[in-house]
Amino acid sequence: MQKALLIDPEKCTSCLQCELACSHQHTGMFNPVQSRIRVFEFEHGARAIPYTCTQCEAAWCLHACPVQAITVNAATGAKQVDADRCVGCKVCTVACPYGTINYEAHTGKVAKCDLCGGEPQCAVACPTGAITVSDPDTATHAINPLLLGRGATA
Amino acid sequence: MGWQRKILRVDLSAGTAVAEPLNMEWANAYLGERGLASKYLWENMDPAADAMGPDNVLIFATGPLTGTMSSTSGRYAVVTKGPLTNAIACSNSGGKFGAELKYAGYDLLLIHGRAPTPVYLHIVDDRVEIRSAQALWGQTVWDTEGWLKSHHQDTRLKVASIGVAGERGVYYACVVNDLHRAAGRSGVGAVMGSKNLKAIAVRGNLGVQVDQPERFMAAVRDTHKMLAESAGRKELTECGTDAMIDSMQAFGGLPTRNFQEVQFEGADKLNPEAMTEVRPNGHRNLLTNKACFGCTIACGRIAHIDKTHFTIVNRPQYWHASGGLEYETAFAFGPVVGVDDIDALTFAGYLMNEHGMDPISFGVTLAAAMELYELGVITDADTDGVALNFGNAEALTVMAEKTGKYEGFGQILGLGSKRMCERYGRPELSMSVKGQEFAGYDSRALQGMGLGYATSNRGACHLRHDAFAEDMEDQSGAGKAKPIKVSQDKTAMIDSTGLCLFTSAAWDVPEFQRQIDAACEGDWPESRLWEIGERIWNLERRFNLAAGLTAADDTLPPRMLEDPAPSGTAEGKVCQLDRMLPEYYELRGWTRDGLPSHETLQRLGLEESKA
Ligand code: SF4
Repeated sequence: MQKALLIDPEKCTSCLQCELACSHQHTGMFNPVQSRIRVFEFEHGARAIPYTCTQCEAAWCLHACPVQAITVNAATGAKQVDADRCVGCKVCTVACPYGTINYEAHTGKVAKCDLCGGEPQCAVACPTGAITVSDPDTATHAINPLLLGRGATA
Repeated sequence: MGWQRKILRVDLSAGTAVAEPLNMEWANAYLGERGLASKYLWENMDPAADAMGPDNVLIFATGPLTGTMSSTSGRYAVVTKGPLTNAIACSNSGGKFGAELKYAGYDLLLIHGRAPTPVYLHIVDDRVEIRSAQALWGQTVWDTEGWLKSHHQDTRLKVASIGVAGERGVYYACVVNDLHRAAGRSGVGAVMGSKNLKAIAVRGNLGVQVDQPERFMAAVRDTHKMLAESAGRKELTECGTDAMIDSMQAFGGLPTRNFQEVQFEGADKLNPEAMTEVRPNGHRNLLTNKACFGCTIACGRIAHIDKTHFTIVNRPQYWHASGGLEYETAFAFGPVVGVDDIDALTFAGYLMNEHGMDPISFGVTLAAAMELYELGVITDADTDGVALNFGNAEALTVMAEKTGKYEGFGQILGLGSKRMCERYGRPELSMSVKGQEFAGYDSRALQGMGLGYATSNRGACHLRHDAFAEDMEDQSGAGKAKPIKVSQDKTAMIDSTGLCLFTSAAWDVPEFQRQIDAACEGDWPESRLWEIGERIWNLERRFNLAAGLTAADDTLPPRMLEDPAPSGTAEGKVCQLDRMLPEYYELRGWTRDGLPSHETLQRLGLEESKA
């Protein structure tokens, strides 16, 4: 089953529960700097936009990687990084047009959203419904979630 | 875990910043944030020292749950001796600064001394620098935050700073973080200014761990759900705290025109409906709601002002969104000064954040000045020619700006109502306790609130107890001592966790207990949390007694005790403090003079503390 995160910035209150949940899932600590989803604020705090990998069809990162460290998880459709293989060359971070795969200095590897093996913890934690998990069979799946119009709901 | 087990001690006189281990014995006895910082304050200064002198210690404190996934985990407290009250000051705030300080690896930041010239602190994990703030002195809070982010080329820097009000010693200057969250009360910003400390800019990369992650996450899941399903939480999300304005208006507890009245004819121009109403020109005050760090409630309001409004029509720098009205700001710029122009109130709120002042103390001080003006005690000659009549929206915003910039009559308003009213020979017109102004609840209508105001260790405050239900049910002074005492202990505990008091919309002690017990090592039964709350309350009391306060300071202005409420459900009633106070002292285990008894101190383990 192919999954992706559907994000509705209109609902986001900038609480950062998603960043907390993501960092805890991947590092065992509450540490937003290590979150693979990032919430950015605009317009003097009037707007907050959560930003993460959309598991895009094109998979620029995957194709750019010279050591095939990025693969598609057959169960979830997530493009995920094999840390043992990653050599930290950062080519993928340049290839990704969305800036959602990032180099982490403390590990010397890149990190990106892996959909938590099918149950994305950011979506579980989000109190407002700003992050939901999209289903491949719904019409909205074909739309880049980040391009959804204001006021649109999942 | 929960704690980082490390504190940072900065001595601005010596120019040093040294990390040291957290005293775990104290952490186990006082938890964190408000309680732990009070203990450090008690152990690190003479309570009789000058609040604005170098011997005062300014403490920024996180709690064991700050930065975790608990809902509302962004809280931190600023604890020091307050200039407004000359008592212990503890002011807490949300936003994102507190969690960042914790992520940098510190439970507490202690600031001693006074820098010879203006400085700011730049903290990135264990790299701490005391840097010159010459370029920032005289700047607003908003410009300071912008300057620091661009100077350090770090948009994720979290900043807590003061404006000119704090630099110049406005007695109720506050510390503002993240542009519009504030450690608002008791003048903690003036203490920061007295130390020549303009700002603290922090970046933390170290994260926070809890002791038992699985148990903790289970507690988080359940407690989040309780909040999600609670009606009280829903109201806070949808209406913010401003929903209170309608209930206080109906009840007759909405302080109006310096507490001369208890109902305000313009209340419906300031309520949540007024904030969301779409005007003929399409403008709507409220833009959205916003959460502090980790908060699943999101009671914060983000508003904007109509560009054609007189306050900003020629000032495009204010044509942007910012923090909107909450109940206390609505009260302090609205009924208590008689103003019902929501745009003017919103602008006054912007000015408080921009210049770093407590809106409650400012509003109630302005209300006293308006009463002095209407009585003819002060005239246009005193007020820079501004007609300080109740209801004058322009006077509100002009005086807010003058006080923020420390200009003209603003310097007098910056004294706070007590010092100002004394100066004009009318001390009884100051609606304050221990020098700190009342919040937006009248203590003739809400009797327990009167007892809470009178006995709050930081001066009049509505957030040091919670007895609304009892107060609305029964308007006599009977049986109020118990709920006040119990809820004072409870709020002292909650304020020490790193979480927000507003979670009590859905949670009670067992919910805090579950999270603390899973996050912190050791056993944390509810009884231990209750005892910590009571210990904190008594330690704060001891600080105040050592600072020179007495039972005589546990009182209310004569208006509350002698002038009956003119309307509402409490019409004809005064606050029965004389009935409640002796009962309260007894329940607390204090003498009739308000001194904690030997047995009480012994029971709470406070005896071996410094004399
Ligand atoms: S958890 Fe949801 S509401 Fe909170 S910041 Fe993330 S996306 Fe926004």
